[in-house]
Amino acid sequence: MYKKNITSIHLDVLKEIGNIGAAHAATALSTLLNKKIEMTVPKVEMVSFDDMMDLAGGPENVVAGIFLRIDGDVTGNMFFVLPVEQANRFIQSLVQDSSLDFQTGEVSELAASAMQELGNILSGSYLSALSDFTSLKIYPSVPALSVDMVGAIVSFGLVEVSHVSDYVIVIDTAINEDNTTTGESVKGHFFLLPDPDSFEAIFRSLGVQ
Amino acid sequence: MVGQGQVVKVGIADMNTVKMPDTIRTSGLGSCVGVVLYDERSQIAGLVHVMLPDSSLGRTETINVAKFADTGIPAMIEQLKLEGVQPFRLRAKIAGGAQMFQFTSGKDTMRIGPRNVEAVKEYLKKYSIPIISEDTGGSSGRTIEFNPANNLLNIRTVNQGVRDI
Repeated sequence: MYKKNITSIHLDVLKEIGNIGAAHAATALSTLLNKKIEMTVPKVEMVSFDDMMDLAGGPENVVAGIFLRIDGDVTGNMFFVLPVEQANRFIQSLVQDSSLDFQTGEVSELAASAMQELGNILSGSYLSALSDFTSLKIYPSVPALSVDMVGAIVSFGLVEVSHVSDYVIVIDTAINEDNTTTGESVKGHFFLLPDPDSFEAIFRSLGVQ
Repeated sequence: MVGQGQVVKVGIADMNTVKMPDTIRTSGLGSCVGVVLYDERSQIAGLVHVMLPDSSLGRTETINVAKFADTGIPAMIEQLKLEGVQPFRLRAKIAGGAQMFQFTSGKDTMRIGPRNVEAVKEYLKKYSIPIISEDTGGSSGRTIEFNPANNLLNIRTVNQGVRDI
């Protein structure tokens, strides 16, 4: 539960999880798109629900969000959130069709499927790296996709946590396309939100009490 | 929006009240439900951003009343009373309760949106507050803003445009 004091050692453990997971995911994405992908140093924070939305760019920010439910030794929710423009770019280069656009409302089945698969591969590599590192069994659900306001998407993942707390521990790693030429910095985020009861399992698996 | 009022923002699992010419807004409603209670005569309105149907689901000692339908609605009524609103004049407009993701598994937490809407309606009925209009369900996120000057609830979505109810 959250009541137990979370020390800086605990935060370091969680950061390392975000680091290892996202590094594998970024490598997978880079291979998939044949592009250079950069990732940031992971942030682990205990934030209010409103602050959680701000991490993702404010509640009204429109994103393509992939959601997975995690079961096994660790339970929780995982999101891979991409700004729509960047989701468009990734999917266009993935299916070689520059007319695909998530912003036009009706998303074609191919684009949605490709986006889901992208989410599947990335979160799969994130979670299997996490599983290897901790020796914990982790079973992700089939990914679900929604293109909408980030507040509406991410709040769904807070439902479980909201039963026990008004705060959530979020492991946030941002990735972005290396776009030094245009100077753009559009960021995608991985949010891992372990259920409150799962933190002990994570800490124990890495020998931290 | 007309008028020179300010926009009062309500966060997740939060509530507040507003008096004309100010308006009250909550952003990014997904499975959550925004409940607006208003009194046409005094032009005062309250907004609760409900996240869960029932406080018995909560497992904390201190509960945030605005988070649950069963505690948020009476708490809002009490707050409006303090502002001088007579409860029998209250009307309600509600929005939200979407199902953002379609899953094949029928796990109960996945149906949180519809359950929130059912709970809100049940408690509004319990306190005899008529629902004048609603925009609930579906699979779109909503940003809502209520204007006590004309009693309209403005609903903005990403894919379904903007409308007033």
